[in-house]
Amino acid sequence: MSDYAVTIGLEVHAQLLTNTKMFCGCKASYGAAHNSLTCPVCMGLPGALPMPNRRAIEMAVKVGLATGSTITRATKFDRKNYFYPDLPKGYQISQFDKPICAGGSMEIRGLFGVKRVGITRIHLEEDAGKSQHGDDDGTLIDLNRCGVPLIEIVSEPDMSSPEEAYAYLMEIRRLVRWLEVCDGNLEEGSLRCDANISVAPEGERGVPVEIKNLNSFHGVEKAIRYEIERQSEVVRNGGKISRMTLLWDSDKGETRVMRTKEAAHDYRYFPEPDLVELSISDQMMAEAHEASPEYPWVRRERYVGIGVKPDDADVLTAEKEFGEYFEEVFAGCNNEAPRAVRWVIGEALRWRKELGGGERFVVSAYATAEVAGLEASGKISGLAAKTVYEEMARTGRSDPAMIVKEKGLEQVSDTGALEAVITKIIEDNPKEVERYRGGDMKLKGFFVGQVMKAMGGKADPKATGEILGRLLG
Amino acid sequence: MKHEETKGRRISLEEVNRIAELARLSPSEDEREQLAAKMSSVIDFVEQLNELDTTSIEPLHHVLDLHSVLRDDVVRPSLPVSEVMKNAPQKKGDYFIVPRVIKGAET
Repeated sequence: MSDYAVTIGLEVHAQLLTNTKMFCGCKASYGAAHNSLTCPVCMGLPGALPMPNRRAIEMAVKVGLATGSTITRATKFDRKNYFYPDLPKGYQISQFDKPICAGGSMEIRGLFGVKRVGITRIHLEEDAGKSQHGDDDGTLIDLNRCGVPLIEIVSEPDMSSPEEAYAYLMEIRRLVRWLEVCDGNLEEGSLRCDANISVAPEGERGVPVEIKNLNSFHGVEKAIRYEIERQSEVVRNGGKISRMTLLWDSDKGETRVMRTKEAAHDYRYFPEPDLVELSISDQMMAEAHEASPEYPWVRRERYVGIGVKPDDADVLTAEKEFGEYFEEVFAGCNNEAPRAVRWVIGEALRWRKELGGGERFVVSAYATAEVAGLEASGKISGLAAKTVYEEMARTGRSDPAMIVKEKGLEQVSDTGALEAVITKIIEDNPKEVERYRGGDMKLKGFFVGQVMKAMGGKADPKATGEILGRLLG
Repeated sequence: MKHEETKGRRISLEEVNRIAELARLSPSEDEREQLAAKMSSVIDFVEQLNELDTTSIEPLHHVLDLHSVLRDDVVRPSLPVSEVMKNAPQKKGDYFIVPRVIKGAET
């Protein structure tokens, strides 16, 4: 799409799922009555003193460990100074030169292949309040969000296409959800993304342009694509890219200038005098290790190791919950991976999407394993098993054996009953019998079909085959 | 504090203007002159530190001999909205009102 070297780096803000704000005990929650979750600390009243939330620090350390970052054992907070009405203190408490995590990376996958994207740093900071524009009386301010803990994850400029940026953002989202530190909702703003993009002829250094306000996954991809085109056009016409900040307008599908270099900020960072230094103790490190789950990429490899196809392993590790479900079904399927995969991806996830709004499984893993077991043991046919499953998905029942009984779906493997039916079929079809005995072995399928028809599909295929072979032989 | 010559000052008038702008202050012409002189002498004073060899000294971020004073993640009551609004020069419902901000003009 561009003849030039494209360089993309992302800054992702993730709102942490703590009970309280970063520096005070106000509840960190979404949707409460305006300005009802505020106190002297988060409103920046004179004399109020901040105190960091231990849980937020633990969460940042967990993300740092997962991305292979170095945890800064002696870290600190700094003031970032700027004026905006939703930031009543006139500064944001953030981290400048000693971010809590530094030097990690993440592996991303896609049609472009497999790539490792560096993570420059992850730092802790507090969120600002919310401004509501467009009211006749002025700008309305709600400070409930002010002081909610955030981590900012800054990538290296290692991406070179919109697809890679999209894959990276999805991977960050999966990770923060997997670690249960953020709900990953871009639309509601609990995950926010800014992109730095530069385009330059091969071998030259470009000027990064920042795009803000990327509030959907497809918006990120679209905005980056738009910006690459725009910059390529400037370069092609011999123009110069100037450093600036752009806003993505998702309605118009274009970027517009938010501020130019001349108006660039000078945040005048300095150490936050209201907070003492923070050291990450050995105990905190050990606890973070302990609290870290099996990482998605580790789990994926493990699944491939037990016989799950790589593509299926990707599906099963899209969410942590899927893997836990899969493993229960896998155990219920005598550790036969292909069977368990078929049940989880083919049925459980399909019904989750169709009837659970993609949010919840409609049949428990236990019940799924039970149906899989009924099928594996030959008690019901594959077709009957699907019928039973659909019944459970639609009604919320979890007693597959009872459904089999009620619907009369048991396979007949009683040799006496089968023999009687087969004997009759042989008597009724002398011509076919003759041709079969004359060497037309394909007719075996015809006889199996006749048996199934006579038994309403409930004949055990294995027993049927045996008896047919013996009586026709 | 002794008055400095305009020449050789460490803080120029342009810098005073920039700092005033960042701090949203509008000092008068006279005040700007005075500030440039005063701020320059503050820098001169601090400059004395450069006479010492500090190569082996770790930066000090805080004067207190304390670290890692943390809080457990336990909710404590917030202020009632009526209290919160007492300081608001202007309000609308439970919102603070501030002079209109052009949408997207800043972060």
